[in-house]
Amino acid sequence: MARHNVLGAVLVGALALSGCSGAKVGDSSSGATGDCGTFNLAVNPWVGYEANAAVLAYVAEKELKCKVTKKELKEEVAWQGFGTGEVDAVVENWGHDDLRKKYIDEQKTAVSAGSTGVKGQIGWYVPPWLAKEHPDILDWNNLNKYADKFKTSESGDKGQLLDGDPSFVTNDEALVKNLNLNYKVVYGGSETALIQAFRQAEKDKKWVIGYFYSPQWLLNEIKLEKVKLPEYKAGCDADAEKVACDYPDYDLDKIVSKKFADANGPAFQLVKNFKWTNEDQNTVAKYIAEDKMKPEDAAKKWVDANADKVKAWTAKA
Amino acid sequence: MDPVISVRDLWKVFGSNASQVVASDELKSLPRSELMDRTGAVAAVRGVDFDVAPGEMFVVMGLSGSGKSTLVRCLTRLVEPTAGTIMFEGENILEADPKRLRDLRRNKFSMVFQHFGLLPHRTVADNVGYGLEIRGVPRAKRGERSQEVIDLVGLSGYEKSYPDQLSGGMQQRVGLARALAGDPDVLFFDEPFSALDPLIRRDMQSEVIRLHREVGKTMVFITHDLSEALKLGDRILIMRDGQVVQVGTGDELVGAPADDYVRDFVKDVPRSNVLTLKWIMRPPRPEDDLDGPELSPETVVREAVRSVLSADKPVKVVRDGELLGVVADEEILGVVAGEA
Amino acid sequence: MVAVAAPRQLPRLLHRYKQALIIGGIVLAWLVLWLLFRNIGTLPLDASALTPLHRWINDINDAVGASRNSNPVFLYFFNEIRLVIDEFVTFVQALIAQPSFGRPVPVIGWLGVVGIAGFVSLAVAGWRVALLTIAGFVFLGLQGLWQESMDTLSLTLAAVVISLLFGIPLGIWAGLSDRANRVMTPVLDFMQTMPTFVYLAPLTLFFLIGPASATIATLIYAAPPAIRITAHAIRSVPRNTVEASESLGATRQQTLVKVLLPSARKTIVLGVNQTIMAALSMVTIAALIDAPGLGKTVVKALQTLDVGTAFNAGLAIVVLAIVLDRVTTAATERRKLPRWAFFGGLGVTGVLVYLSYTYLWAAEFQSDVEIGSSIRQGATAVTEWAQDSLPLITGGFKDFVTFVLINPLQALLAESPWFLVALVIVALSFLIGGVRAAVVSAVCLGLLVATGLWQDSMITLASTLVATIMVMVLGIVVGVWMGRSKRADRFIRPVLDAGQVMPAFVYLVPFLALFSASRFTAIIAAVVFAAPVAIKIIADGIRAVSPTTVEASTALGSSSWQTIVKVQLPMARGALTLAANQGLIYVLSMVVVGGLVGAGALGYDVVAGFSQGQLYGKGLAAGVAIVVLGVMLDRLTQAAAKRWTN
Ligand SMILES: Nc1ncnc2c1ncn2[C@@H]1O[C@H](COP(=O)(O)OP(=O)(O)OP(=O)(O)O)[C@@H](O)[C@H]1O
Ligand SMILES: [Mg+2]
Repeated sequence: MARHNVLGAVLVGALALSGCSGAKVGDSSSGATGDCGTFNLAVNPWVGYEANAAVLAYVAEKELKCKVTKKELKEEVAWQGFGTGEVDAVVENWGHDDLRKKYIDEQKTAVSAGSTGVKGQIGWYVPPWLAKEHPDILDWNNLNKYADKFKTSESGDKGQLLDGDPSFVTNDEALVKNLNLNYKVVYGGSETALIQAFRQAEKDKKWVIGYFYSPQWLLNEIKLEKVKLPEYKAGCDADAEKVACDYPDYDLDKIVSKKFADANGPAFQLVKNFKWTNEDQNTVAKYIAEDKMKPEDAAKKWVDANADKVKAWTAKA
Repeated sequence: MDPVISVRDLWKVFGSNASQVVASDELKSLPRSELMDRTGAVAAVRGVDFDVAPGEMFVVMGLSGSGKSTLVRCLTRLVEPTAGTIMFEGENILEADPKRLRDLRRNKFSMVFQHFGLLPHRTVADNVGYGLEIRGVPRAKRGERSQEVIDLVGLSGYEKSYPDQLSGGMQQRVGLARALAGDPDVLFFDEPFSALDPLIRRDMQSEVIRLHREVGKTMVFITHDLSEALKLGDRILIMRDGQVVQVGTGDELVGAPADDYVRDFVKDVPRSNVLTLKWIMRPPRPEDDLDGPELSPETVVREAVRSVLSADKPVKVVRDGELLGVVADEEILGVVAGEA
Repeated sequence: MVAVAAPRQLPRLLHRYKQALIIGGIVLAWLVLWLLFRNIGTLPLDASALTPLHRWINDINDAVGASRNSNPVFLYFFNEIRLVIDEFVTFVQALIAQPSFGRPVPVIGWLGVVGIAGFVSLAVAGWRVALLTIAGFVFLGLQGLWQESMDTLSLTLAAVVISLLFGIPLGIWAGLSDRANRVMTPVLDFMQTMPTFVYLAPLTLFFLIGPASATIATLIYAAPPAIRITAHAIRSVPRNTVEASESLGATRQQTLVKVLLPSARKTIVLGVNQTIMAALSMVTIAALIDAPGLGKTVVKALQTLDVGTAFNAGLAIVVLAIVLDRVTTAATERRKLPRWAFFGGLGVTGVLVYLSYTYLWAAEFQSDVEIGSSIRQGATAVTEWAQDSLPLITGGFKDFVTFVLINPLQALLAESPWFLVALVIVALSFLIGGVRAAVVSAVCLGLLVATGLWQDSMITLASTLVATIMVMVLGIVVGVWMGRSKRADRFIRPVLDAGQVMPAFVYLVPFLALFSASRFTAIIAAVVFAAPVAIKIIADGIRAVSPTTVEASTALGSSSWQTIVKVQLPMARGALTLAANQGLIYVLSMVVVGGLVGAGALGYDVVAGFSQGQLYGKGLAAGVAIVVLGVMLDRLTQAAAKRWTN
């Protein structure tokens, strides 16, 4: 009997509590959506991309009243999404000739929406301390001189050239062979592995040379120096086996689904007009990567400071 | 009276080539180990014949590995025999289709196992009622009947216990109750008491004897313990390497072992408890005085000791007024002394 | 005793001795031939080079993708499956995780979820576990990860429910029928060892981006334990219990429902437990195809090497895992809740759910004592300290192991002509497991050659073997300790659980700082993941050694060391072989993660195949090679185990 009383008391107490405290669900209502509709924005997993996406999403949501759905995907899967109608736009594309051929030329599910204004570079980098103490290392001709210094447990009796992110095309094995370098390509396997290697190298003055790229948020923190390889000339990388020249510069661009382009809504217009610079992207990337701001907040901060640029993107054609 | 169970030339061979083995007279005649070497097959039961009379307590006895369990499982087709016939109340069980077989198992015979085979997740009452449950007997009736048999085996008060809360002896009582619940015509026991300690075992043996008397069912009882066999069995079948060595009553086995194997087996049996006068009597000799007391040939030696020793003349063994032989002090002492 | 045993053991000892001689001879011959034929016929393949097989797979992949919008199989079959699963997951999310039905919050807020979780734990697992559950869930909220945790929980529950829906019936079937078992075993091997990266992209082609693909990716990995353990449970119901039921005239179905399933229940629940754990270990990978929840937080944090945030989210996964593990484990015991407690709990839960439905404070977890940021800072500080002060020591250790262990083994495997290695492996298989094992190994080796990735396979094999050795050493040391001391067990077990479900990505960052990108780093990552399983199995095995035997040994004056070496370990050898087998399989399932931190070889091939279209075929071939290695090693260890334990 006593137990029932206890129970009753608990129930009554709980009900009483509910009666007198707290705001009710549904008291405040959320914002409405405009005529923009839903905008499916792919978010590829690197910070530079995230910066593009954050600003675009912020503008689309706040100015155009779109309902933005961000989808976090690897590049392959994102492009695949053009065909299935799940992805409207990829807003920073590094070349990817194979994907272009497959989805733009063959399946015709995607189209290019022009440059983002950001220039991409791929190459071999060394930490700043090394460039400073041995400036001649920045010329590939002198690399063999230092091969011994770059030896690790993984490279045996050769120097280690740390390759990394499997997402990017690399010609490094061919380059090492064709330039007669006494190096072995070691596959770090991820961007994380590369970043850690460079960080440690700079901090402990270790000898590291590896594949890297810009823009990349790490470069705000450590100014890696690029090693000069034989100059890139159109077509010098046509035969993957015979490559003996530097990587080309990339004009990073935007790819959208064919359907999205044909519908020509405000969100598409925004993506098409979106264009900024390496500095702009680096600023937002720094907010996100170093200042640990949420992407929305980082975007807001930048947009508030660059209203004129944003206006140019949203101006009706 | 017609036998309840009649087994003829029953074979059970384990192995993928079992049917080949029973088809070949040559292979059939090989000893077990040789057959194993040649074909990889194990002949667990080899050409067994026997009959069980209604109401009889029939014991199958043999050493470990002699094929007893296989034999009794063949009788209910828990193991599919390889060849032979098993007639049960005039019906060849080997021809029963699965449905008929289920009917037989549900209504005609049931089995008690060495390791009990109880369902650990069910209470005693639910274990006992399990056989009725699968026949579709309604709950209320099931409970009633379960209670009856639980009382019968002396487990009243433990209905709600789980098997793992009971001692071995009590668990086997549950097994016994479960077998009795369906009111079968024949009960099979596969070494039901060999996992129990000696005192409990004796209790349980008396329990079975009592039940046999009270419910009067035909029972086939497997054991590897000769004293258990002698205590319980109306008749005993001795198996060795899958074959029948001898079938007979206890005194027949002790008095006239069929071969050295059986002789060796019964060697340590207290003969005076088993043998009857008919096994030790001798033909009257001319010098015998034939006006002593009379006893029947079925009298157990032990019971005759006193009257034979106290009489100063040989005792006459008489059946239906016919003199079969005589027993004197020396015969009696021969048996009793042999035990010492 | 000794006098009786000796004559019987002598031939056995001799026999063993002879075998050791033969094995020694084989290895010696291998060494000599290796010196002679070094670097000949090693079948190497450059990182970006492809074989015709790889190209052919690419073409098929492209063709399937291109036909997606016209192929009726896609339009109807896959679409229907996707719709059903999507609906289901979305529904669960609507209940506890995502704003839904026009409300700005989920139907059941945090208070309601805590109430329900607590009540369910109370009903199936008792008071103590219920308290743990409540504390665990509140902790998730305090970490600032309530919604992410609920998303992960929704997805995990959905994947687990669907896994069990199919897994338990299939497991029963495999338990009842030898033939079904034979067919299913290799399929399950395939599902468990095929790296997720290989099928992640195709999955989104079939089931689109979203909950369905994430759920299916999860259940491909999570369903096999449920199937295997259910089958095992059914098989290990004592024969005489089944026989007793049959002797009473039960039909097959009656025996199944009334005997097999109830008797196997305990073990089946363990299968459910394993499935939950496996599902949780997929959380981060599923995040790569936009699965919502904690995985996303981890993946995102790692783009900027933010270990603190990643660790916080990883910790939430660990908390979920521990709660779910303890609840399911405790659920195997027979218990009955008093009626008043049951209905009382139900009533309270009802009120809590109602409150969380109605009031904002009970719906959204808002707390002033936010501990997430302290956890983040703490983890970051620890990581930075380790990265700053340890690399000298750890680097030396890495170099030592690499030169002494990894390099020689790899040289032997990867620099011998392929046919020599194949011959040696087949010969060893024959010695261990007879003709059958030799045939299995030969077929597997043939497949490895066919994938075009022979040398990569051998490099991966070398690392796998080194990792397995380390797992076993750790397993024996820690396992024996835990098996002998209840206290040690209590403290170590949660750490092991954490090692098993903490996303590898979280600890890879500091590992990379400590050991650089190298094969050794990959091996360490694999050891962290695989050792807990081996340790637990060995600890349980040691504990299962009959206390009387240990007592007898102590009574004879054995030291602890003698008791361990002469009594406990030999008597737990069943557990030891099982640990070696499971350790191997778990190590193999980390090959791909190893590819992310410098292992190269098959792991890198798979990762690159996932990331670059033109390498897809090669990645798939590498995945197959991993599966084949797994099957070969599994069958070999099982054969060895059989020999040893008999
Ligand atoms: N399922 C089976 N498969 C193969 N061989 C079997 C099988 N069952 C029994 N045997 C073999 O058949 C022979 C007889 O076994 P069975 O169990 O009938 O002997 P048993 O007399 O009951 O012995 P125990 O007293 O030890 O119970 C043994 O050699 C045994 O190995
Ligand atoms: Mg037996």
